[in-house]
Amino acid sequence: MTEFFRQSLSITVKDLRLEMRSKEALNASLSFALVILLLFSFAFDPSSEHTREISGGLLWLVFAFAGVLVLNRSFARELPNDCLEALVASPVSGAALFLGKALANFILLMALELLCLPVFGIFYNVNWTAQFWNLLLVLALATWGLTVIGTTFSALTVNLRLRELMLPVLVYPMMIPALMAAMELTTHLIAGQPLSADLWLWLRLLIGFDIIFTALALALIEVVLVS
Amino acid sequence: MGTKILYVLGALAAVLLVRNLYVILLGLPDEKDQGAIYRIIFFHLPAFFTAALCYLTALISSVVYLVRKSQRADDLALSATEVGLAFAAVNLVTGMIWARIIWGIWWTWDARLTWALITWLIYAGYLMLRRAIDDPSERAKNAAVLCIFAFASVLITWKSIDWWRTQHPGAVLSIRGAEGGLDPAMESMIYFNWLALLLLCIVLVAVRMRQERVQREIDALRRHAHAL
Amino acid sequence: MNVVTANGLWKFFGDYPALRDINFEVESGACHAVLGRNGAGKTTLLRILAGLSKATRGDVRILGGDIRHPDTRRRIGILGHGIAIYDELSAIENLRLFARLYGLPHPDRSAQEWLELTGLKHVSDGLVREFSRGMRQRLAIARAFIHTPDVLLLDEPFTALDDRAMAVLQNLLRRELNRGCTVLMSTHQIREAMELATHAVLINRGRLAYAGLRTAEMLSDPNWLYKNYGDS
Repeated sequence: MTEFFRQSLSITVKDLRLEMRSKEALNASLSFALVILLLFSFAFDPSSEHTREISGGLLWLVFAFAGVLVLNRSFARELPNDCLEALVASPVSGAALFLGKALANFILLMALELLCLPVFGIFYNVNWTAQFWNLLLVLALATWGLTVIGTTFSALTVNLRLRELMLPVLVYPMMIPALMAAMELTTHLIAGQPLSADLWLWLRLLIGFDIIFTALALALIEVVLVS
Repeated sequence: MGTKILYVLGALAAVLLVRNLYVILLGLPDEKDQGAIYRIIFFHLPAFFTAALCYLTALISSVVYLVRKSQRADDLALSATEVGLAFAAVNLVTGMIWARIIWGIWWTWDARLTWALITWLIYAGYLMLRRAIDDPSERAKNAAVLCIFAFASVLITWKSIDWWRTQHPGAVLSIRGAEGGLDPAMESMIYFNWLALLLLCIVLVAVRMRQERVQREIDALRRHAHAL
Repeated sequence: MNVVTANGLWKFFGDYPALRDINFEVESGACHAVLGRNGAGKTTLLRILAGLSKATRGDVRILGGDIRHPDTRRRIGILGHGIAIYDELSAIENLRLFARLYGLPHPDRSAQEWLELTGLKHVSDGLVREFSRGMRQRLAIARAFIHTPDVLLLDEPFTALDDRAMAVLQNLLRRELNRGCTVLMSTHQIREAMELATHAVLINRGRLAYAGLRTAEMLSDPNWLYKNYGDS
């Protein structure tokens, strides 16, 4: 078991190191996120009270759009030189490989989101620090959900000609339950409301989503990777 | 499935559909609140059941494919999904027509409507994924995995009226514990029309499966020719 | 003892059988050259043995175990068409990564040793992206050998190697064979392969056409197998 996690961690460290060297996914997604934030300001009046009410939704749209750029690179990164083959042929199980990659994606996405939050706060005049720890919990849970779906589908589409086109088409509809819950929770938390009883339904949905899809992904990833 | 059986099933479906249409349009009286438009439920509901059954068939045959690597199971998964999408489209469109008359708008972003649409999009993505993979075994395997993930949305669609407050009418069939909802004549009509659509569905799936089998044969022959 | 046993192996792509009823055994310490034309199924067979692909029917065992079991894969080394090293990592980081994934007790020491063996010591901290082709190939060889595998699966190992990498690979293969390692390699470079091989396997359109000892005739005439067992 410790072997399993040690291998996962090696994969995570490797992925993060590769990303830090090239910064291809992070730079692209971060600037894309800023562009979307800018574009939203034309669609909605950023200073109106009404926009405040949909701020959670806006924020998660930004995360989802920019995040897929990161997720898309996850398995595509292994393609040059056929590195994926060496990993699949090594004693690392599919589940360990998946967990390692998912963890690296999770860290990258969280970094992206935490960088976007203050910018969002400034441009849209929202107080994201009001319920910061609860917000962080929601961010972590929803980001893990997006990561699991994104990493699985990144593996599923890695050998496709139209990989960049296919991934968003497949991934966004699958992510909707997590995004829906995250949007609802974030809107309330940004407005300064604590996690009350009627928000629990959404939190439960989020946790359920994470558990179900993590289990499914871990169970099926080996099948996906071995052709 | 033998060609004769298919013809018989097809004829049966046609006769039943005509008979049902006759009863629905001329036999049953208008509903007291909704008037004539309520009749759309005889297609709206059975189409959803048929589509859900197709999705379930696709799920089961995808699992069978992953376990047994049987190409027939993959054919069934693909055919059921395609036909299921057609019936789901019937379900969505009839629902929209009904909504236009009763609610005055084509579409409300209500949980059940939204989930039915999301499910439709996910299964459309399944067909797109298949199109993008050339190697038939790889295609079948990856599609099967996607199909298992996709089924989650069918479950959510089904349970959405219980989980969220929606405008969509609640459970109507007595087997789902609906109280005093439907007149027995109407409820039995729903089942009759479901039977008709189901027969039609079986015929379509069987024909699509046959096409797939022939397609695979052609692909294999082409590969043989290239290998010479 | 048999290191590799394949029993009634079939692989289908859709309805097309890429491998048909392959049966063969590889003894411990043997070196098999797998020959065949392009598209005959050599790569498919090696991919199945490496655990990258699953046989549709039939049973494969390596070292008596299931090929997808980690304990089996720990003892297999692969070198395929791609070099399978990361361009954005340095030479030592690449080797250290694979040493860790294979659970070696001293990843860093093993990585250093293999850099020495492949003559890459002086560039150990250089990014692979900056390496010449020959250097990358030598690093790929080190990556495949680092965990001292008991079975080596090589797909076209001699193709497009430069002189130095070729010499490194041949020396290492001899060394590993002397140690008792079992080798399976698919190849077009018949002469180089035949010199090392103890056995030869010919695959013809997915069927096993010949499996047996590498004879003196094969060494003197590289096309002897194709002439006598090929179908055209």
